[in-house]
Amino acid sequence: MILVQEADFNTQTQYEALRQDSPKIGAIVTFVGLMRDFNEGDDVSSLFLEYYPGMTESVLEDIREQAMQRWSLNQVRIVHRVGELAPSDQIVFVGVSSAHRGEAFAACEFVMDFLKTQAPFWKREQTSKGQRWVEARQSDDSAADRWKS
Amino acid sequence: MSSPNTLKVLFFARLRDDLDTNEESLVLPQGVTTVGQLKAYLCQRGEQWQQALSTQGLFVAVEQKVVDWDTPLQGFEEVAFFPPVTGG
Repeated sequence: MILVQEADFNTQTQYEALRQDSPKIGAIVTFVGLMRDFNEGDDVSSLFLEYYPGMTESVLEDIREQAMQRWSLNQVRIVHRVGELAPSDQIVFVGVSSAHRGEAFAACEFVMDFLKTQAPFWKREQTSKGQRWVEARQSDDSAADRWKS
Repeated sequence: MSSPNTLKVLFFARLRDDLDTNEESLVLPQGVTTVGQLKAYLCQRGEQWQQALSTQGLFVAVEQKVVDWDTPLQGFEEVAFFPPVTGG
């Protein structure tokens, strides 16, 4: 399940959708990314998230399918918000269910690593110095690269 | 004989700000057959374009899929240029 939306999401609802899916599930791993109020040494008062309607959803779906093929999973759910966000707001939810925890942990990290480097989202920060587009991080590319071996 | 190929060209995030445009309709000029050649053609418009499209790690997508610079454009309708992604 892939959702790209302006509205906030409820982690309990997402978790229950994973849990009640099948009695064969033995593990659920969830990740929630939040908006920080600092970046690159500056205070950040708000964030705007831009995306590429259509392509963003299809890239997320592709990442989800790759995870489903790579591990034995029951379900992968991805929710990503767009538009204006404030500090402590939820940005992204990734939830993975499987029979055993190892696969759920690995797949959750895999989805986040590829989402960060491949899904067309862009963050623009409002700081005391003005607006600026967030720079991509080399460490995110490195994190995604480790799954290629 | 092929009919003129009209492309929708999209720009996102910093690129859109730097170029003051998010979308344009472009009849493919003669000699422009790949996405790399399209980028070179756009760069010829001046310093502003040259700089924006020289973004390190620039992505190009055709029909909403990221592609290599030697990908042919013939028969496609939508091309998008965008900077490295920063979601999550």
